[in-house]
Amino acid sequence: MEGIVYLYVFVLAAFTGYEVISRVPVILHTPLMSGSNFIHGVVLVGAMVVMGHADPDSPVQLAIGFFAVFLGAANAAGGYVVTERMLAMFKSDKKKGGA
Amino acid sequence: MHSNLFIDLAYVAVAVVFILGLKAMSSPVTARKGIVWAGWAMVAATLVTLFFPGMQNFALMIVAMLAGASVAWWSGKKVAMTDMPQMVAIYNGMGGGAAAAIALLEFTKGEVHGMVAAALAVLGALIGSVAFSGSCIAFAKLQGIMKKAFRLPKQDAVNIVLAAITVILGLAIISADHPGMGWIVVFFILSLILGAIITAPIGGADMPVVISLLNAFTGLAVGFEGYVLKNPALIVAGIVVGASGTLLTQLMAKAMNRPIRNIIFTPITGEAAEGEAIEGTMREMGALDAAATMRYASRVIIVPGYGMAVAGAQHKVWEMTELLEEAGVEVSFAIHPVAGRMPGHMNVLLAEAGVPYDKIFDLEEINADFAQTDVALVIGANDVVNPTARTDKSSPIYGMPILNADEAQNVIVVKRGKGTGYSGVENALFYKENCRMLYGSAQEVIGDVISHVKSMG
Repeated sequence: MEGIVYLYVFVLAAFTGYEVISRVPVILHTPLMSGSNFIHGVVLVGAMVVMGHADPDSPVQLAIGFFAVFLGAANAAGGYVVTERMLAMFKSDKKKGGA
Repeated sequence: MHSNLFIDLAYVAVAVVFILGLKAMSSPVTARKGIVWAGWAMVAATLVTLFFPGMQNFALMIVAMLAGASVAWWSGKKVAMTDMPQMVAIYNGMGGGAAAAIALLEFTKGEVHGMVAAALAVLGALIGSVAFSGSCIAFAKLQGIMKKAFRLPKQDAVNIVLAAITVILGLAIISADHPGMGWIVVFFILSLILGAIITAPIGGADMPVVISLLNAFTGLAVGFEGYVLKNPALIVAGIVVGASGTLLTQLMAKAMNRPIRNIIFTPITGEAAEGEAIEGTMREMGALDAAATMRYASRVIIVPGYGMAVAGAQHKVWEMTELLEEAGVEVSFAIHPVAGRMPGHMNVLLAEAGVPYDKIFDLEEINADFAQTDVALVIGANDVVNPTARTDKSSPIYGMPILNADEAQNVIVVKRGKGTGYSGVENALFYKENCRMLYGSAQEVIGDVISHVKSMG
């Protein structure tokens, strides 16, 4: 039963992803890609959970966990900064010579 | 693994805000708000996770978080807009690597229980590893660390054999009750090699598609590992990105009229560039003539390419555009769907220079207009204006829709040298009767054109 519930979640999430971006204009494709890149940075949460449950006496487990958290945090932070910088240029106020 | 209701509800709320944030990116007006919401949701998800039951190793965890976040934050703040594609690629690769590391740690702890969980863990590990090493290669290529397209002898056969071994190993791990660590480590190493050798031969106009595909891969990997951890935030965010990334990849592959399969398995490397011999010679022109041709034209279409971006000439190009418009010339910009190194990259660069959106047109919107245009100014673009794509069946870029710059009365091509473009394919446009070459760095050349236009009053 639980498996089926997760299957629902998978399928509905897939449709949602498809629908959410299907009407995005080409000019926003780059920020969108970088934005969705940021969203999967939520992998950080998973990395924290597995590292938080790693055996503190096992250097191997701690090292893998450290690696996972480091990469997840970099994915989230980098994805955010870069997307925000790009979108800042698409502001509707035209201070830099726009018509 | 036990958690409590509050934490689970918080994850659900985070997933909802992520989806709304992505949705807000369908319009330039709301896009920035969307990413800021999503940013706060990410902070909330991270904080809530600290209270996850049974957590330990906090000191080391926080060091890892601060180190990863600050390195990425700092590099993301200082990177030039031109170099954005490789940064997106590397951050994406890190996400894939994190997903793979989660699987590896769960296997190490012996905490993957049940066939479905094991299958998704292995699948997520495979896709995540491929995304990680593939993105590292993409970064190295775009950053110019890895210069040449690298192709193994019998590349396709090697790919297939390696992929087959990896999959068989994966199946063995799934079906084993307690898979041996040796096999698991070999599986991860093979997955990493697979990602690297698949990405290594890909270059040029195919790069945006590959970056987008790897982004979708990381999303899927995160979603699958989310199932292993029974974490709804990971499942929803990962699968939403996986699905939207797949759609984006398809849109781009369609824009190039090349199935994704061909992009991966028969990349444009330039080796296959024999094609039909091109007749004629390239003719040069100076900045003064170019300035006069455009100043006294009634309509000019500018085709910006990566060469313009690399030279950082977008600000100069906009300055020239404003001058020409003051002189009564109608100027518009034509953007090929894969101009730049990331989908829509050129739009970002022009936005940075302050070019208003209503002067920027997509391929379909503007292609018919070239025939009624006096001057097409091609700046550092090559493959996207190559008429060979229409005529020469033997050319590796045959069938890719191109901007019909060659149909304009006059074509001026700003280019640093006589070499071929990123794809290595010779460009028939440069040899045409109505085309003149203006050699030099876009930054300097456009600067010269500006001073000449000014002197014409």
